[in-house]
Amino acid sequence: MSVTNPSDTVALATPDAPTSAPASIRRPRHGLIRGILGNRKAAFGAGVLLVFAVVALAAPLLAPGNPSLITAIASQPPSAEHLFGTTAKGQDVLALTMHGARTSLLVGFVVGAAATLVGLLVGVASAYFGRVIDDLLSLVTNVFLLIPGLPLLVILAAFLPPGIGTVVVVLIITGWAGSARVLRSQALSIRSKDFVAAAVVTGENPLRIMFREILPNMASIVMSTFLACVIFGIGAQAGLEFLGLGDASVVTWGTNLYWASNDGALFTGAWWAFVPSGLCIALVAFALAMVNYAVDEVTNPRLRTKKKGRTRA
Amino acid sequence: MSTTPILEVSNLRVEYHGDNRQVVAVNDVSFSIGEGEIFGLAGESGCGKSTVANSIMRLLKDPAEITGGQIRFKGRDLLTLRGEELRRFRWKEIAMIFQSAMNSLNPVMTIGSQMVDIFTTHEGISVKQARVRSAELLRLVSIDPVRLDSYPHQLSGGMRQRAVIAMALALQPSLLIMDEPTTALDVVVQQEIMAQISDLQRQLGFSVLFITHDMSLMVELSHRMAVMHSGRLVEMAEADLLFARPLHPYTSSLMNAFPPLTGPRIRLTGLSDAVRAADGSGSCAFHVSCPPDRINCSGNIPDLREVEQGRFVAEHPRTNLEGAAA
Amino acid sequence: MRFIVRRLAFYLLAFWVSITLNFLLPRFMPGDPVTRMFAQAANKMQPHQIEQLRQLFGLDERPIWQQYLTYVHNIFTGQMGVSISRFPTPVSEVIGSQIGWTLLLGGTALVIAVVIGNLLGILAAWRRGGVLDSVFPPILVFVGSFPYFWLAMAALYLFGVVLGWFPIRHAFDAGMTPELSWTFFSSVATHLFLPALTIVLVSIGGWMLGMRNTMIATTAEDYILMAEAKGLTNNRIMFRYAARNAMLPSVTAFGMSFGFIVGGALLTEVVFAYPGVGYQLLAAVQGLDYPLMQGIFLTITAAVLVANFIVDIVYVRLDPRVRVS
Repeated sequence: MSVTNPSDTVALATPDAPTSAPASIRRPRHGLIRGILGNRKAAFGAGVLLVFAVVALAAPLLAPGNPSLITAIASQPPSAEHLFGTTAKGQDVLALTMHGARTSLLVGFVVGAAATLVGLLVGVASAYFGRVIDDLLSLVTNVFLLIPGLPLLVILAAFLPPGIGTVVVVLIITGWAGSARVLRSQALSIRSKDFVAAAVVTGENPLRIMFREILPNMASIVMSTFLACVIFGIGAQAGLEFLGLGDASVVTWGTNLYWASNDGALFTGAWWAFVPSGLCIALVAFALAMVNYAVDEVTNPRLRTKKKGRTRA
Repeated sequence: MSTTPILEVSNLRVEYHGDNRQVVAVNDVSFSIGEGEIFGLAGESGCGKSTVANSIMRLLKDPAEITGGQIRFKGRDLLTLRGEELRRFRWKEIAMIFQSAMNSLNPVMTIGSQMVDIFTTHEGISVKQARVRSAELLRLVSIDPVRLDSYPHQLSGGMRQRAVIAMALALQPSLLIMDEPTTALDVVVQQEIMAQISDLQRQLGFSVLFITHDMSLMVELSHRMAVMHSGRLVEMAEADLLFARPLHPYTSSLMNAFPPLTGPRIRLTGLSDAVRAADGSGSCAFHVSCPPDRINCSGNIPDLREVEQGRFVAEHPRTNLEGAAA
Repeated sequence: MRFIVRRLAFYLLAFWVSITLNFLLPRFMPGDPVTRMFAQAANKMQPHQIEQLRQLFGLDERPIWQQYLTYVHNIFTGQMGVSISRFPTPVSEVIGSQIGWTLLLGGTALVIAVVIGNLLGILAAWRRGGVLDSVFPPILVFVGSFPYFWLAMAALYLFGVVLGWFPIRHAFDAGMTPELSWTFFSSVATHLFLPALTIVLVSIGGWMLGMRNTMIATTAEDYILMAEAKGLTNNRIMFRYAARNAMLPSVTAFGMSFGFIVGGALLTEVVFAYPGVGYQLLAAVQGLDYPLMQGIFLTITAAVLVANFIVDIVYVRLDPRVRVS
């Protein structure tokens, strides 16, 4: 798992969005998207993600056939034939890595989207209705935040039938609370703004207020929560599978590492068996984190690293 | 009041560097403050008066930058002070009272330790001695010394502001800058605080640079005052003279922005729309004319000119040299 | 005081939720896993032990509320059943013999990461745009992007297998018995180095950036400006005024991230075969040892809750505004 669990990163992104003029609050998206497009970190992150997405989609073309087929050419170091070498079972590591990207990214993004959605619903409902509903939802959120994730993942995954579906469900259960907490506090601060009060007074219905008035102003924080959740999803999935709690027959980066470790790659010196998958996880997480920092910087200019050396008179 | 100036600000220019534009916050501002004098600087929010204060304390940070002019204090050029020299100079020579005492006190340190560190840093005395001195200071502003061990949030707003005043006087500075010291307080407490400052000033004889947008408060306290608008000074004179007979239209608008407590009821008008409406030309009447891009009007306010002994005004087609405008 | 009581009530509630979850999981998940476990374990168990396990997993015929009461009672008296993979040792005994190593590893890594990370964050924020502020964050974010266990594998491979600088498994040299001697301690230290290093490397970036960002927000406060105007020394402003305030959200984050660090430590233990509860958790997963898995879950949850409670007490000491109310 990586450091960036949802609650963590978001704690870094203090919701300090521009709040001066109502106009700038209500239509932040143009500026946000333009700002992100012009940001070097974001461009780098998006580029890396794009490459991974293309490779994942094209994996069956780039490496046709079943990548986990066991062959006799076992434990080969990288060569022209097998660019990333082969595993102890004679599988091509490059093919495993490319096919692994499919499931790993899919699970990561599904978990990210679902966890953000649950967090958003809970957070906005909590902030909009307040009082008992808020108390109750916050309590549940905080309990989930407090229960240590990995052991919870393990017992859930152990009791549920094994498979990718279980992994997704379990990751959503353990991942939503962090986003709910952040989104609630942001929604709460928007809820207290005058334009929302005006909408309430003019009798707009709650759903409309939640989705038309509050939600559009949370674009940047929802985005960074989503990215953090994807990072969490990819990392935690790998962790679960590494412990053998995934479906070991599905090719993912996590199961690749599980098999590498089980086959003793560390002790036979077969570094090529475990380096690519780990590096891929790190690269994707890093790319997502870069986009995330870019979002933060665009919405909170104070965090930008300044150029040095402006002299004073 | 002696006439030897202890602070001389000449042609001060401060710019803020934005991502793609520059804003001139203070444009060619000059004034001086004599020994023991209370000098008022008035103007609406955002006119650059706090920037002037922060320039004197050398507290400006990126993206603000002093790009021109001089600030001399007792003959010393403040803009050349660096590092350790600057640190020793601050508070010892010039102390400052910030707008909100709630925010200018460290919430997690006791009032006492925030006073003690002034003495231990500047005078190198022991904490024990420093506490004795701090207790004296609190008594000076009529706060019970047991409050040394209180945290800021445990004091009332007025008490906090008095504690800050006590801190400002710790090293007996020759100049005290007060940046809207009572804006955050209610009127009654405001009066108490102002009376106290005025007392202390007579007692200790320091000079004051008093910054506010409240003209009536300023006239009560100041000897001399200047009015600032869009980074420029538009008028400067003896306080009562200026109050009795403002020469620049902006000065009179600013004065009229506060309703008098007595007298007939009159309709209040906004600061600049009043003049603009009367004029109809679209230019806000305080300048010679609006610049085509309307980004930086300050260039269109002319320099101050002495029109009478000690009376300066930025001359303007509608400058009313005869008496009150509007 | 009211704050502390409220937090305590909250932690008890959280613990109750965990116990209840533990109770419900085997009862509502269709029989499969538990049946498999019994099939595997039946031949080496005594009848009364099987009976006890059946109770634990709700296979007896009593009404559910009775089962629940018995279960809660058992948990609070430390009876979490018998471990299957380490049959017939009771779960509480298995955990008791290993938790020390986890605490040592997790605690060491946490303290180092927190101290160094926060210090780096303070300095980076204080000198915006300096070397620390521009070079460290991207590197640490990149390192932090690796899964804990992968970085552990890489460290093990590089420093343990290839270079041979550090031992590659267990907590002390084989053949040694735990004793109060210098040789034993140094053996423990060398075994601790790599696993702790990986945890520190992965987690330090989060601390640094978190502290940097709250520091930047804090330095915009009026009291920092006033401290500067007071002519205080840079160090005093940085630590006593800025960092002291920026620390408060960091302390809260500290509590929240315990669970996460524990997770990382567990995986790291697996890679280094470090004899803590994480390694045991792997064994439990592989051996379908459900009582042990649940026991470990509850123990870790309890530990995290206690740690959070301690953090709350510290927080109250640090923030006078909470202390009074």
